[in-house]
Amino acid sequence: MTFEPDDLQRAVEETARRFARERVAPVAARNDRERRFPADLVRGLGELGLLTVNVPATYGGSEAGPVAYALAVMEIARADCALAVTMSVTNMVAEIIARHGSEEARRRHLPRLASGEWLAGAFGLSEPHSGSDAGALRTRAERRADRWVLTGEKQWITSGDVAGAIVVWARTDPSAGARGITAFVVEGGSPGLTVGRHEEKMGIRASTTVSLALDGVEVSDAARLGEVNGGFKIALGALDGGRIGIASQAAGTLRAALDLSLAYARERTAFGVPIASHQAIAFMLADLATDADAARLLALQAASLKAAGRPFGRQAAMAKLWASEAAQRGVTRAVQIHGGYGYTDAFPAERLFRDARVQTIYEGTSEIQRLVIARDLLAGDPS
Amino acid sequence: MDIQLTEEQRQVRDLCREFADRELRPSARKWDEEHRFPREAVKQLGEMGLLGVAVPAEWGGAGMDNVAYALAMEEISRGCAGTGVIMSVQNSLYCDPVLKYGTDAQKQELLVPYAKGEKLGAFALTEPMSGSDAAEMRTVATRRGGDYVLDGSKNYITNGPQADTILVFAMTDREKRHRGISAFLVPTDAKGFTRGKPDDKVGIRASGSCTVFFEGCAIPERLRLGGEGDGFKIAMGTLDGGRIGIGAQALGIARAALEEATAYAKDRKAFGQVISQFQAIQFMLADMATELEAARLLVHRAAALKDQGVRHSAESAMAKLFASEMSERVTSKAIQIHGGLGYMKECDAERHWRDSRITQIYEGTSEIQRLVISAALLKG
Repeated sequence: MTFEPDDLQRAVEETARRFARERVAPVAARNDRERRFPADLVRGLGELGLLTVNVPATYGGSEAGPVAYALAVMEIARADCALAVTMSVTNMVAEIIARHGSEEARRRHLPRLASGEWLAGAFGLSEPHSGSDAGALRTRAERRADRWVLTGEKQWITSGDVAGAIVVWARTDPSAGARGITAFVVEGGSPGLTVGRHEEKMGIRASTTVSLALDGVEVSDAARLGEVNGGFKIALGALDGGRIGIASQAAGTLRAALDLSLAYARERTAFGVPIASHQAIAFMLADLATDADAARLLALQAASLKAAGRPFGRQAAMAKLWASEAAQRGVTRAVQIHGGYGYTDAFPAERLFRDARVQTIYEGTSEIQRLVIARDLLAGDPS
Repeated sequence: MDIQLTEEQRQVRDLCREFADRELRPSARKWDEEHRFPREAVKQLGEMGLLGVAVPAEWGGAGMDNVAYALAMEEISRGCAGTGVIMSVQNSLYCDPVLKYGTDAQKQELLVPYAKGEKLGAFALTEPMSGSDAAEMRTVATRRGGDYVLDGSKNYITNGPQADTILVFAMTDREKRHRGISAFLVPTDAKGFTRGKPDDKVGIRASGSCTVFFEGCAIPERLRLGGEGDGFKIAMGTLDGGRIGIGAQALGIARAALEEATAYAKDRKAFGQVISQFQAIQFMLADMATELEAARLLVHRAAALKDQGVRHSAESAMAKLFASEMSERVTSKAIQIHGGLGYMKECDAERHWRDSRITQIYEGTSEIQRLVISAALLKG
């Protein structure tokens, strides 16, 4: 049993860390303030193979595996949560296309997602009326000869305005609930596809979140992903892997909170000593570090199981649940350690605090994670 | 990175689980009520090699790794938390330091029979006036000819009432403060050694602890462990490993609570359905399982680092801190899931909760663990 990454994984981790430190961290605050989507950094990630980490090399992917992916997300998230979520969703979408797409779809989209020519992949599941209850979605897909016509509305779509490839889930059987849904890949800029509202978010402002209107968007059958009416399972499977991404993002956030807080607590003095010498602060740092390690280990466990081809749904849900909730505690502690400075943009603590809040909500709320875990527990053996 | 268990680790885990189900769970409640040392079960642990899990075979042990030890501790503790700490003290606080610091002669006499489970050891650091502040101990060891004469007392010593040898820490040079502490392997039939009556504890009642007294207790130099002044270093290094054992004990206690709460929730009806259908209950179970998983990973990581021979003070402190605090939260939720029945002695939930409480205190309080962790953080 080892808890250390192997050489390849370490190399990917180190690559991501260097890129994060040299290119991402210096502009993170500005990108947040200006709500700027950093296309240049996305292409930089592409050059390093970090946009399609777990996709086969035949299609331009890095084929480095889920553990390397998790480590890479952690390092990017440490510098900027917003870029990490852009990267994470792109990776998740690429894996869907790699796994379920036609050869034509794979050849069209995967190399472009890999290089950053497509600035992002987007995941089009949520709608105004259906978030957690994804099986109740209403966007329709109607067959017309050998094509499909998509009509409906999607909401909260990360990178929906810049994505070259958008996976859209639509209803193909109105009477069959979750079992009547099919997945398609829609190219950005397709006729009939309109980008709606750009959401103003509390945090992760360098990541874009939009609504999408599909008004008779036509796609060929080669754009269908997997079986007709088999789309829901694809979504759930993809979200399992996506949870590893968000858990890793949260682990990166915790590490960032710790790094910031350690540095500040060593510098700032009060009552004649650096505040790190006061037990109350030292204990906050200890708890932060412990939570950061635990989050990382939970994320890596899920990634490790996925890499081994073993069931990992429960562990992925646990990792996402626990790490995102620990991240809330961590960023609050970081703000607290910074005192008044934690509340202004003089220090990154407040950005971390705003960025982290969404982690217990997207890609399956904490409540959904608990349902997944409980269902799995109650079905079998808790040990 | 590979978090899978090896075949050997899996086998140890399964063997211990089967033993715990057969020999510990059926009697744990009775031992708790009667405050009874489970002599027969401890003997069987010895026969199975579980009292010297990570001691090499050449010194009488089972020759396994520390991850196997952590797995064994979790399974045994799930059966009976008291039996778990008896095993933990023997393995981590007695056998480990003797293995690490003992001369061959000391190991032959004072490790082999213990690793084999024929004799029981204990670890005496704490005193009435010094727990966390171990360097403030008052027990002294004064040189007299070829002997050291021990005077003082140690309290809350687990396995104290039954031990054949106790690893005792005493001050040999007060001027040097913590560098003036030395360690001694004291046979309990030594003249000048006496024991008080067993402590009456809230939980882990199958495990016995007591105060021990030294009055002009002469110990030959050959029974000093390590060099003069090495005692504090030996104690601290030993406690790093002990944290893995206690972390694993906390896992076992919590898992017993989770399993029983899950079974109960699937059976108990309220408002027309089994309570496992209510989200509130589902969410409690989900949180319990998640925390337990995180704790297990922290414990196994510390064990894996120990196996690699890498310094693991901060990691073992995190594991012990997190697992012990987790076990209180999980056992408390387990009582809650049982409702009124959770408060009754006829149900094991209350015993798990009582058993879990000590894990945040002994072998280094949570406060000490936080000091260790923050010191490591602030150094590097």
